[in-house]
Amino acid sequence: MEVNQYLEMFIDESKEHLQACSEHLLELEKNPDDLAIVGEIFRSAHTLKGMSATMGFEDLADLTHKMENVLDAIRNEKIHVTPDILDVVFESVDHLEEMVQDIASGGDGKRDVQSTVEWLKRIEAGETPPHHDADTEKATQAPEQTATTNLKLVYDDFEKTVISQSVEQGVKAYEISVTLRDDCLLKAARVFMVFEILEKNGDVIKSSPTVEKLEEEQFDSLFSVAFISKESASDLQQKLMKVSEVDVVEVTEIDVAAFKEVIEEKPAEPVKKPENVESATVPATPAQPEKKTSAAAKASTPAASKTIRVNIERLDILMNLFEELVIDRGRLLSIADEVGHGELSETVERMSRTMGDLQNIILTMRMVPVETVFNRFPKMVRQISRDTNKKITLEVIGAETELDRTVIDEIGDPLVHLIRNSCDHGIEKPEVRRQKGKPEEGTVELRAYHSGNYVFIEIEDDGAGINRDKVLEKAISKGVITPETAGSLTDKQINELILASGFSTADVVSDLSGRGVGLDVVKTTIESLGGNISIESTQDVGSTFSIQLPLTLSIISVMLVEIEKEIYAIPLSSIIETSIIRSADILNAHNQKVIDFRGKVVPLVFLEEVFEVPRNEAVDDEFHSVVIVRKGEKLAGLVVDSFIGQQEIVLKSLGDYLTNIFAISGATILGNGKVALIIDCNALM
Amino acid sequence: MTNAVEQKFIKVIVFQLADKEYAIPVTYVRGIEKLMHITRVPKTVSYVKGVINLRGVVTPIIDLRERFGIKGSDNEDNVRIIIVQLNDMEVGFVVDSANDVLDIPSSAIEPQPEVIGSLEEEFISGVAKLDKRLLILLHLDKVLNPNK
Repeated sequence: MEVNQYLEMFIDESKEHLQACSEHLLELEKNPDDLAIVGEIFRSAHTLKGMSATMGFEDLADLTHKMENVLDAIRNEKIHVTPDILDVVFESVDHLEEMVQDIASGGDGKRDVQSTVEWLKRIEAGETPPHHDADTEKATQAPEQTATTNLKLVYDDFEKTVISQSVEQGVKAYEISVTLRDDCLLKAARVFMVFEILEKNGDVIKSSPTVEKLEEEQFDSLFSVAFISKESASDLQQKLMKVSEVDVVEVTEIDVAAFKEVIEEKPAEPVKKPENVESATVPATPAQPEKKTSAAAKASTPAASKTIRVNIERLDILMNLFEELVIDRGRLLSIADEVGHGELSETVERMSRTMGDLQNIILTMRMVPVETVFNRFPKMVRQISRDTNKKITLEVIGAETELDRTVIDEIGDPLVHLIRNSCDHGIEKPEVRRQKGKPEEGTVELRAYHSGNYVFIEIEDDGAGINRDKVLEKAISKGVITPETAGSLTDKQINELILASGFSTADVVSDLSGRGVGLDVVKTTIESLGGNISIESTQDVGSTFSIQLPLTLSIISVMLVEIEKEIYAIPLSSIIETSIIRSADILNAHNQKVIDFRGKVVPLVFLEEVFEVPRNEAVDDEFHSVVIVRKGEKLAGLVVDSFIGQQEIVLKSLGDYLTNIFAISGATILGNGKVALIIDCNALM
Repeated sequence: MTNAVEQKFIKVIVFQLADKEYAIPVTYVRGIEKLMHITRVPKTVSYVKGVINLRGVVTPIIDLRERFGIKGSDNEDNVRIIIVQLNDMEVGFVVDSANDVLDIPSSAIEPQPEVIGSLEEEFISGVAKLDKRLLILLHLDKVLNPNK
């Protein structure tokens, strides 16, 4: 089958299903007894298995299948949910995600998941994984003896069925453990000879370690096989002892009654065959009671909204075409103004309104809920809290808040960093928290909300807060600030020092964060998106990192200003207000011209000088037009010749040839067809 | 020219800077525009005249005359902007006039004679002699490299 055309869809859907798995697993961890959630996970896993098998990604299908078995056991109340079991399931989901990622980037989705698979199998068989770090265990280690039976091997349903059926037909089932001599040289050869004898006398059902491992000599000296045969135990033992270099052969008859009970417990369950056989495992999920525990789960039911998938590229093209229209609209508006023809103006006016609506629709089409970024955090925080032995809950609020796709693409990494920072440096260890009289469990709250033309994302923790003195001390020792300036800094400014480059307050550098290169990168990324970040913190109470982001990056509102004959655009997002000042109001402070603006001393920036605007004759105006702009807490007044007005413009880049132009962030095309440059106010501060 | 059929030709756009004729292979040329409003970009090198709106694309403009240190002609009527594309870079060249599209046989192209020794020397990939005309072939990579 030609599957390539479906690959994209497969990847998208796999990601969705894996995401659903993670979300429901987290929910399950909170409500371990809610079997309806298990049903949800099972369904996602099952669909994923079916899809990947169809697409020929067998590793993916195989691992999903193993995971499904465990889930099935949980659903049938054979295994009780514990965090340790969930650890293994989470690990499997992680592996699956990696595989899908690999497939998406052109790979074949293959990955070494032996140890996880091994654990899934053992959990299914009723074993409890050791606390944590399941993957560091040797996969080749023989499974421990289970408490209920005397058997060394662990069987799945299929194997149990086969064994019980053979016993019913009068064939005996044995478990044979063979120990080779310590000085045995050709272990694989001996294994081969043992198997050859066995296969002559009956059927090998299972071996531990697996046959592949045995062939590769990946075992110490002992291996076990489950075997059905008509021969008697003593005959078998004698035959096997004839193989040279075999030390001990133990043959025990399998007590079929022991696991017969287990099989009878669920007679309705169809016989499970291991690997690949897909049709037999279709579960009876539709019968599951549709009990939803949370509102979030309700919102995610697919039937709720009718949607189609559209390639993002097409949306980008649509956006580009619309940008062209916006430019022409500006042009038409200015022509209509010049001509002064009533009907023309009216038509242009109507068209502008329709285009405004169209613009809203196109922009919202490109909007993606921040959920797509947020949804990986619960799992991440869970992992961090297990790694650091801290108790942390992550609360996500406003995940449905929407942001432009271009912003979404960029915001993920900074958020990861900030959340890790909060978990690692913010939240204290449980014992420390107890001493401080706080609940042992720390809370990190991730909030997103709209406000005006911005989206705010806040990360609040109830941890240690920022230690003012420690930050100051560090900042001075690292040369970020001088001791003289240190005294005049406000608390907020001190907090923001941790965003300066080359700064890290963690005493111990951990692998989570604390390399001292992180937070300044966060700051740079956010500023490059046209946003900004601020910190509020109270020691021992907690910190809040607040990020302000523009809704969209491609069409922005600007104030057009004129200097001599040149027109520049200043983004409205940085403007506080405009004002006209008299020459007499300009004061001098250290060669810097400043004004007194509502009780604040604001430095003036003469754009004419910064941009070296050529002037035919010097103008000496009594009045100056000033645009007051802001960067964080800092203000500045940009002096221009005159204001033209406010306009929506399309942001264009200056191209590859002109890069890093001072204080210019881009260009736009005006209604008259001319290019105007957009001023980067941040660079002027 | 008996074996003209077998000869390879290069199609070039010929333009003039002061009294000399230059050529750029036509494959690099996206179009020739009349002089239009150029928006000055502050704090750039002197030969970058600014940017223009080329059908919705903001395109930087380089004044080749200033780039090569040649004084251009006073007659502004014939001044043209040649839009060239190199890799993903689109740039316009201001020239005194763009007069011709020619096929030059590759045999007519000679490497740059070393004696000339003017500022523009390093931007030249060769010269082509055609009858009585001398065409200077430009090395676009070097013209567009701001370090030279």
